[in-house]
Amino acid sequence: MNYQWNWSIFLQPTAVGDTTYLGWMFAGLQMTLMLSLCAWVLALLLGAVVGVLRTVPNKVLSGLATAYVELFRNIPLLVQLFIWYFVMPELVPQSLGDAYKQSHPVLQQFLAAMVCLALFTSARVAEQVRSGINSLPKGQKNAGLALGFTLPQVYRHVLLPMAFRLIMPPLTSEFLNIFKNSAVCSTIGLLELAAQGRQLVDYTAQPYESFIAVTIAYVAINVVVMTLMKKLEDKVRVPGYMGGK
Amino acid sequence: MVYEFDWSSIPGALPILWDGMAVSLEITLIAIVVGIVWGTLLAMMRLSSIKPLSLFAAGYVNLFRAVPLVMVLLWFFLIVPRFIADLFGLPPNTDLRLASAMIGFALFESAYYSEIIRAGIQSVPKGQMAACQALGMTYGQAMRLVILPQAFRNMVPLLLTQAIILFQDTSLVYVSALADFFGSAYKVGDRDGRLVELLLFAGLVYFVLCFAASMLVKHLQKKYQPA
Repeated sequence: MNYQWNWSIFLQPTAVGDTTYLGWMFAGLQMTLMLSLCAWVLALLLGAVVGVLRTVPNKVLSGLATAYVELFRNIPLLVQLFIWYFVMPELVPQSLGDAYKQSHPVLQQFLAAMVCLALFTSARVAEQVRSGINSLPKGQKNAGLALGFTLPQVYRHVLLPMAFRLIMPPLTSEFLNIFKNSAVCSTIGLLELAAQGRQLVDYTAQPYESFIAVTIAYVAINVVVMTLMKKLEDKVRVPGYMGGK
Repeated sequence: MVYEFDWSSIPGALPILWDGMAVSLEITLIAIVVGIVWGTLLAMMRLSSIKPLSLFAAGYVNLFRAVPLVMVLLWFFLIVPRFIADLFGLPPNTDLRLASAMIGFALFESAYYSEIIRAGIQSVPKGQMAACQALGMTYGQAMRLVILPQAFRNMVPLLLTQAIILFQDTSLVYVSALADFFGSAYKVGDRDGRLVELLLFAGLVYFVLCFAASMLVKHLQKKYQPA
């Protein structure tokens, strides 16, 4: 094999000249982190609401929530992304669609990617929230009601605080997934980590170095998130439950 | 003005889309078979008492689970074929990229299968292995005749659910220019300027297939739930 390794490629200025190739990598990393974190916050909020709705006694509401979850779980992420990016701007009222199309291309890509990742992940979060609520003994809800709480109060003060503590481990894995899923957004041209890696291959003809760097970056994200979440999990663990002290 | 739908390009494109679906299903099937066979081996290595084997399996599974599928496909589409061509001095026009992308996909999914199978093996009580050994069975016999058959029966719903996820994942081979169902739909939409209709159609087809399959899994789960 006669491949010329050249790790110093990262310190060279890019062909466009604005920064070094390492600068491109960091820009990609920043985009991946920002996109994933924004989408995760939205996904948690939406997922909590939909998850709660799946467990309420009202048949219409729980039916709607079930439909929401099934819709987002049974269409591949890539297809959803393309629908948000290419289809939605055509279907919304024209003034809104035009405003979207006239905005900065990076903003367009970011918005489509964020909404797509957020809704896709929210369906999964909702399933975890539902299973968390359902795993609580029935007596907790009844005790809350017997104490004179209204149903929303029971959810707010009794069921949700417990449920969220119980579902920390599966939520961690969803949190890890959102970083990995964000790589799909390179397909609409968003310059996140994976896309920057690919761009580096085109510009530098040093494919091994750039791909190894990107792979290490993803592994590093994974390790950091897992370490932080482990700390959080230990902190909020419920004594007496599985994995509790 | 409201968007005016024009679905007329879909009927003519059905043969192309069908071919694409055949590719998607083929990749799914190959990846499921490879995933279960290689995943079982990985799970057994991971649980084995031979340190190098269990370290290798743990490293393999953790690496593949930490990296996005898109990255894995790009590795196997862009980098691995070049590496192999360099290594064996193949003529530069040999195109290994598609085969390589498929292998990458299968290797990636194996990591996820191996975790399911490992949990399945661990769900069989330990005493069974001890009983097998007391009866004079070798490790291989115990696994093949006693442990794995029970483990797989417990795992069926999870394995099927993973198969549905895997089928959805196949749409990502789009990055490797394989003409699967989604790739074909995108190409037709792009060609006819009817991307909106074709993408919605693709979404609908995936939804119907995956939803039906997940209902079937739920039904099977109820029917065969161990008492």
